[in-house]
Amino acid sequence: MGKIQLRNVRKSFGDVHVIPGLDLDIEDGEFVVFVGPSGCGKSTLLRLIAGLEDTTSGTIEIDGKDATHLPPAKRGLAMVFQSYALYPHMTVRKNIAFPLKMAGMDKAEQDRRVERAASVLNLASYLDRRPGQLSGGQRQRVAIGRAIVREPQAFLFDEPLSNLDAALRVGMRQEISELHQSLKTTMIYVTHDQVEAMTMADKIVVLNAGNIEQVGSPLELYRNPKNTFVAGFIGSPKMNFIDGAEAAKHNAHTIGVRPEHITVGDGPWEGTVGLSEHLGSDSFIKVNVDGIGVINVRGTGELDIHHGDRIKLAPAGKIHRFDKEGLAL
Amino acid sequence: MARAISPQRKWLTTIAAWIVAIVIFFPVLWMVITSFKTEASAVAMPPQLFTASWTTENYADVWARSDYPRFFMNSVIIAVGSTLLGLAIAIPSAWAMAFVPGKRTKDLLMWMLSTKMMPAVAVMIPLVLAFQALGLFDTRIGLVLALMLMNLPIIIWMLYTYFKEIPAEILEAARMDGAGLWNEIVYVLTPMAIPGIASTMLLNVILAWNEAFWTITLTTTKAAPLSAFIASFSAPQGLFYAKLSAASTMAILPILILGWFSQKQLVRGLTFGAVK
Repeated sequence: MGKIQLRNVRKSFGDVHVIPGLDLDIEDGEFVVFVGPSGCGKSTLLRLIAGLEDTTSGTIEIDGKDATHLPPAKRGLAMVFQSYALYPHMTVRKNIAFPLKMAGMDKAEQDRRVERAASVLNLASYLDRRPGQLSGGQRQRVAIGRAIVREPQAFLFDEPLSNLDAALRVGMRQEISELHQSLKTTMIYVTHDQVEAMTMADKIVVLNAGNIEQVGSPLELYRNPKNTFVAGFIGSPKMNFIDGAEAAKHNAHTIGVRPEHITVGDGPWEGTVGLSEHLGSDSFIKVNVDGIGVINVRGTGELDIHHGDRIKLAPAGKIHRFDKEGLAL
Repeated sequence: MARAISPQRKWLTTIAAWIVAIVIFFPVLWMVITSFKTEASAVAMPPQLFTASWTTENYADVWARSDYPRFFMNSVIIAVGSTLLGLAIAIPSAWAMAFVPGKRTKDLLMWMLSTKMMPAVAVMIPLVLAFQALGLFDTRIGLVLALMLMNLPIIIWMLYTYFKEIPAEILEAARMDGAGLWNEIVYVLTPMAIPGIASTMLLNVILAWNEAFWTITLTTTKAAPLSAFIASFSAPQGLFYAKLSAASTMAILPILILGWFSQKQLVRGLTFGAVK
C-alpha cells in the first residue's frame, strides 16, 4: 500500500513561505508527477513527504498513519536523487544492499534481493565495481536498484534524469515507466520537464509558487487547463495567447490556441514568417501575424515555408478562453 | 591551457626551493651533526660544521642517564590518546556544524579558533591549580585531556572543512536508506572523509608530540614525555650541547620518521578542497 495524503501542509524558511498551504491525495499505485518552473516548491514538497524537511504546519499521512514527525527511515519510502547520491566508497553490490543492511536483514536474503534487482536493471556484471567506474546511466540504475530492494510503499524521484544526456534520458524514462508497470508501487516524480510529465504520469500536479494550480491526468491538463499558467506550461511548443479584439470576438479577455491546432494555407490570420525550424517529422514556424503579434505554429511533415514568406493561418482545434484573471471560461 | 615554463625559470624555481628547504632544515641538520660531536667541538669557536672526532658517546650517555623508553611511551600515549579522544569529540561536532548548521555556527567556529590565539601562559595558573585539585597533575590522563582541549579547535576546523566537501545528498540518501545518526556517521560520512580524518590525525599527533609548554608545566616525573626529557638535559651546571642534541635527536626521530612516511597524505589532506 502506498496512499499518501497531505493536509494543509505549509513550509516556510524564515519569512519565505515556500509552500503556503496545500492539500493533495495520492492514491496507491499511482505515478504522480510534480511539475512546475524552477523555484515553484516541487522539490521542497517531495522532501517534506520524504521527511528530509520538517513541515511548518499541516499533516502528512502515509497509509492512513500520521507520518508528519516520523524520521525519513520510518516512513517506508525510498528516494532517487538528482545527483544519484551513491556511496562512492562502496561497490555497486554494497550500495544496493545498504538499506537492507540497515534494516538488519540476514546476508542470504540481502544477496538474493541484490541479485534480483541487478538482473531487473541489467547491473549483474557491474556488481563489484564502484560508482566512479560507471557511466551516468548505470549510476542512475544503481540508485534505482538501491530504492527497489527495500520494496518501499512509495518511490520518490527528484529530477532523476536531469544529469543524463538527451538520448539516455529517453531510454531511462521508458525504463522507469516499465518499472512502475511491473512493480505497481506508488511513485512520485519531480521534474521541470513537461515532456517527462506528460509521458510518464498517471496524474500531474502543476505547481506554481508553492500552490497547486491544477491536478489531473496529462490529457485532462492538455485539453482543459484551468488557467493560463497551466495552459502555458503543459504542451510543447507553448500555447499561443492572444488578447484584445481577436479575444473579444470569442467573448474572452484572452484566448489560447496550441501551435499544433493551427493550420497553414487559408484562414483569417495573415502574417510574415520569422523563424522556421524543419525537423523532418515536424516544422516549427514563428509567424508575425498582422494585428495580433507572434504566433507559433507546429505543422506535421515537411512544410515548404521559409523566412520572409507571407502565409495565412487558421485556428483549427479548440480555442481556450480565459477571463481577466487568467481563469478558464 | 597550461602555462609554458621556460627551462631557466624552472631551474631558478628549483634552486630557490632548495635554498628555502635547506634554510628550514638546517637547524635540524646542525642538531643531528652536533649530537655526534664531543662536548668540546660542539662549543668550539668558530663553529665547525664537521669535526674530526665523531662519536656516538652522547647517545650512550643519554640512554644510560635517563629512562628514555618511559618518556617515549608517555609521548606515544599522550599524542595518540589526545588525538583519538579529540577525533571522537570532533567528528560529531564537525558533522553538526557542516550539515545542520545553526545561525551562530560560524561565530562558534571563529570563537573556537580565537582560543588558539590566546597566549597559553594566560591560563597556566588556573589550569595547574585545577589539575592539582582534580588529581590530574603529572598523570597521562591529565595530559591527554589538556592536549586534546588545546588541539580540539584545530581538529574541528579541519574536519569541518573536509565534511563541507561531502555532498549533503549522500547523507540524506543514507537517512532514506534507514541509517540513524550513528550509522550515517560510521558507514557513510567517516569512510568518505578518511583522507581528511587521516591527515587531521597525523597533524595532531605531530602537534601533540611537539607540544612543550603544557607537557613540561603539567608534569614532573611520572607522565613526562620526550619534550620534558629534552628539557631535563639543560642542567644547572650549564648546557651540554652535544648531549642535549643527542637527546633532542632521539626525541624528534620517531615523529620525523612518521612525518616522512606520511608526507603525501599530509599534503593531500592539507590541500583538500583547494581545487574542485
